[in-house]
Amino acid sequence: MNLGPHADFIIAAYAVTIFVITALIAWVVLDYSAQRRILGDLEERSITRRSQRKS
Amino acid sequence: MPVIDLANPTRFLNVVNRVLPWLIAATLILFVIGLYRVMNAPDDYQQGATVKIMFLHVPAAWLGMFGWGLMSIAALGTLVWRHPLADVAGKAAAPIGAAFTFICLVTGSLWGRPTWGTYWVWDARLTSMLVLLLLYLGVLALYWTAEEPGRGARAAAVLSLVGAVNLPIIKFSVDWWNTLHQPASVFRMGGSSIDPALLTPLLIMALAFTLLFLTLHLAVMRNEILRRRVRSMRLLQAQKLVEASA
Repeated sequence: MNLGPHADFIIAAYAVTIFVITALIAWVVLDYSAQRRILGDLEERSITRRSQRKS
Repeated sequence: MPVIDLANPTRFLNVVNRVLPWLIAATLILFVIGLYRVMNAPDDYQQGATVKIMFLHVPAAWLGMFGWGLMSIAALGTLVWRHPLADVAGKAAAPIGAAFTFICLVTGSLWGRPTWGTYWVWDARLTSMLVLLLLYLGVLALYWTAEEPGRGARAAAVLSLVGAVNLPIIKFSVDWWNTLHQPASVFRMGGSSIDPALLTPLLIMALAFTLLFLTLHLAVMRNEILRRRVRSMRLLQAQKLVEASA
């Protein structure tokens, strides 16, 4: 694949897009595991939401 | 399951957990097909290989606008029906929409230099797109700095509705004003002006990016629901501590 005389611009555009999307995905994945971990810690300490309590 | 059941956050989470793996797989497959078609797409007769930037720039622009449209609809849900999931949907769309708007601006700038001879010009299309990014940053600031989430949600919902005025300005800016940016070439009266050899990979990439947006949106909504559970549990924990010390 020959990208011609403006290859730098094409490569830079794809690099920026890949970087931004990878950062977005990493944030989502890390945030999910962080929230799961915190919820697990709270539940271990027997802290439950009102809707989870048995009447 | 009736659609109305999805309004329950727990049921919504169950559906998201089941749907996400399929959405991820479909997104990956579409990106593989799309990128293969992009690599084999012919050069443009005027722009040469720089037309390959179009396959990123155009879907990113559409999704930047789509994200704000989604936030505007969610804002109605927040302000009119006061539904908590509507606020979750709006808040989740903001960082994703901002990321796609940023990609649109950067790739457009990198496309502009070899084709127009400049990275940036203050014409109506580029400026209104920059305004969209600033609006996204404003909404994110409202969500992230509000001490009480409900207040931040209402302020962000109002800004989302007000900012929706910018969407038709972006769309029709190339018709209303004399701009360096080209007029609409995909969705226009009389059909697309792009050759099918370039249009097909563009539409596949647009579909792949749209699925990526929806996948990320559902994942961020899931995170936000969990974050709100953490918050309510911490408040209960604090309440217990106060009661125990009293």
